[in-house]
Amino acid sequence: MRNFGRNNRRAVLLALSMASVFMVPSLASAESVLRIGMTAADIPRTLGQPDQGFEGNRFTGLTMYDGLTMWDLSSATKASVVIPGLATEWKVKDDDHTKWIFKLRPGVKFHDGSDFNADAVVWNVDKVLNKDAPQYDPSQIGVTASRMPTLVSAKKIDDLTVELTTKEPDSFLPINLTNLFMASPTKWQALYDKAEGADAKAKSTAAWAAFAKDASGTGPWKMAKFTPRERLELTKNDGYWDKKRVPHVDRMVLLPMPEANARTAALLSGQVDWVEAPAPDAVKEIEARGFKIEKNEQPHVWPWQFSRIEGSPWNDIRVRRAANLCIDREGMRDGLLAGLMVPATGTFEPGHPWRGKPQFQIKYDLPAAQKLMKEAGYGPNKKLTVKVQTSASGSGQMLPLPMNEYLQQALAECYFDVKLDVIEWNTLFTNWRRGVKDPSANGSDAINVTYAAMDPFFALVRFLQSSMAPPVSNNWGYINNPKFDELVKKARTTFTDKERDEVLAELNAASIDDAAFLYVAHDVGPRAMSQKVKGFVQPKSWFVDFSPVSIAP
Amino acid sequence: MLAYIARRIVYVVPIVLSVALVCFLLVHITPGDPLVAVLPADASQELAAQLRAAYGFDRPLPVQFGLWLWKAVHGDLGTSIATGRPVLAEVMRAVSNTVMLAIAAAIIGFSFGLLFGLIAGYFRDTWIDKLATGIAIAGVSVPHYWLGMVLVIVFSVQLNWLPAVGAGPGGSGQWAWDWEHLRYLILPAITTSVIPMGIVTRTVRALTGDTLSQDFVEALRAKGLRETGVFGHVIKNAAPTALAVMGLQLGYMLGGSILVETVFSWPGSGLLLNSAIFQRDLPLLQGTILVLALFFVLLNLSVDIAQALIDPRIKRA
Repeated sequence: MRNFGRNNRRAVLLALSMASVFMVPSLASAESVLRIGMTAADIPRTLGQPDQGFEGNRFTGLTMYDGLTMWDLSSATKASVVIPGLATEWKVKDDDHTKWIFKLRPGVKFHDGSDFNADAVVWNVDKVLNKDAPQYDPSQIGVTASRMPTLVSAKKIDDLTVELTTKEPDSFLPINLTNLFMASPTKWQALYDKAEGADAKAKSTAAWAAFAKDASGTGPWKMAKFTPRERLELTKNDGYWDKKRVPHVDRMVLLPMPEANARTAALLSGQVDWVEAPAPDAVKEIEARGFKIEKNEQPHVWPWQFSRIEGSPWNDIRVRRAANLCIDREGMRDGLLAGLMVPATGTFEPGHPWRGKPQFQIKYDLPAAQKLMKEAGYGPNKKLTVKVQTSASGSGQMLPLPMNEYLQQALAECYFDVKLDVIEWNTLFTNWRRGVKDPSANGSDAINVTYAAMDPFFALVRFLQSSMAPPVSNNWGYINNPKFDELVKKARTTFTDKERDEVLAELNAASIDDAAFLYVAHDVGPRAMSQKVKGFVQPKSWFVDFSPVSIAP
Repeated sequence: MLAYIARRIVYVVPIVLSVALVCFLLVHITPGDPLVAVLPADASQELAAQLRAAYGFDRPLPVQFGLWLWKAVHGDLGTSIATGRPVLAEVMRAVSNTVMLAIAAAIIGFSFGLLFGLIAGYFRDTWIDKLATGIAIAGVSVPHYWLGMVLVIVFSVQLNWLPAVGAGPGGSGQWAWDWEHLRYLILPAITTSVIPMGIVTRTVRALTGDTLSQDFVEALRAKGLRETGVFGHVIKNAAPTALAVMGLQLGYMLGGSILVETVFSWPGSGLLLNSAIFQRDLPLLQGTILVLALFFVLLNLSVDIAQALIDPRIKRA
């Protein structure tokens, strides 16, 4: 017994001494660190124009860089809107609606200490649009040019004024410019001068590769350490031009973790403080262990996009409306998706400036749906067979197969016989562009590809305007509605924000009234985090502002 | 012996060429756009054509293959479409991490496999044999990713003893064998080791049993040789086959286990392959498959030569 007691005391002493060993570093270090597990398989590109969609913009775009315009990410309740960034004001020319004057913010410096000015803007526009510029980089144009499809060039007026030109009048330009991140020309030039290569093109490629390892923007975070495919460490930029957005933590560590269970385990074991998109079936366990789940409606739509070519069953508006009334979206949210979705009643929901006032109310109304189908000539003994092409996985697709099987069962009650054509995500993405008339559609009557709804072009125009039919853009089903075309043209040529928003709202309402899509869900961008994470605001956006986030000791 | 080695090396050349051709064609005949990683679905035709030309995807397939092979022979596997980084550097960094994991898994798997195999062989048809065989069968049968998740739940989430993911406190960087890095290696290495452990156990058990039942063992014992001496003879007879099995298993492990590396976010060749597939990064996919295939071929070559050195009868066969 005496020995047992002595052993116990030894064990306690040993445990205390070991604990002190582990505690010393944490006491010695006053640096606050925020560790985040991303869903990306790799660190999004760091050279200014990130890849990996909006997750790239979120982590390596909006952190290290700024655009001329930016999103207001400060509110969890209001829709995110565009606000001044590196430009303080902008205006289209009265006598020429293809020319815009942007006034630049004075006193802004890149992380390398060089000045941000009109030359830097011209240089950054040229990096993706001017094939003759030394800094022109083909690897950056794919993720940039399509997000500002009408921008042609930039011209310096004076050090703090720049003129941007579009190929046609386009009031969406200031919104599109949130996607053009300003990299430091001075830093790049220094790397170019040092680079080795057979010709100017090879030197330019080498300079961009070097820039990606040691980036320089004007953003609230600076690049500190970069291990490809493993981690990116950012430190706070004390000299950031917007003092309100100087980060509250000293260091942010970004870790790619593509597997949802691995992310969840990393959070639960304390390896990270925050994970993006935890495994839905682990939400209860995560909350039970004292972690919090942050979520909010995102500008994202999970739809079926209908074929509207001759002979399509969806050409009958009663059928389109019936499908929209036949889905118990709340049931899908509370059951299948464990609360991780917002029922969709259009591309934009009430409260959004582009929502409008649709006459047709999308909701779950089974009797009304069945009535419409009977009016259209269908019933229990005469079902309407429709085929939808979807994928088994994919960025933003949420849980495509279980969700489509849910729709299959729901729509069966409205006399639909739904067939699923499941293909690989990248193939589906390619087919999306080819359209319903292409053999790759495999006889489908609808396609299930999720989309971002951040700006009017991506959210509405590319699907609804008749001239956006394949091969031009994503009007997969060849929608051809003169009202849509007229409203798109009007929106693009209305240069007062308020009036432009009203036209866009009218367009959205018209698309809902026409039941242009089967609107099902909006993603909520779930992220799980430790109770130590304070000050986080999840806006109604794909993006978040990491600056106000702090870590409790 | 030198002629045998030269002949084996010559045989490798058509194999490597075939591997190169197959991995080049495999990624080109699959549906979808090779530039999907950088080309948004709403990109204009002009932009798509411009990028295809920039990456050389507008040229005829044989020309693309010829250029790719020529560059590959000169150590240039191209540039990753997704990251813009050289493929060779990406692959070698990942392979280095996988080699580290494979060595750790091999040490665990082969040590326990040999131990269990010898014990089972010596005590054939006893409960010890049944226990060792049972462990071996479980090792071969259990799904990697399931075991990995169970280990993470127990040792990371519940007990908080070991990290759940990653390759080190500050990223893998370079090989480090201190405790801070080794603790990241333990769970993936155990998970990776169970299959080779099972296979080696079964192989060594069978070889030990067969050798012990041969007449020369009885003769050795009759001559008064001690059991340790007999044991030496048993090992010598079992070694070539066991070595071949070990070589193959090491080859599989160097190929990287996509599932294990994904579960543990271990930055090896399996995870790289996974990323390349999901990002549809063709140059990276081709480069990774080629390098891994070359590893496998060279490892087999090394094993064949080692076998011939140990047992001269093999080179005559």
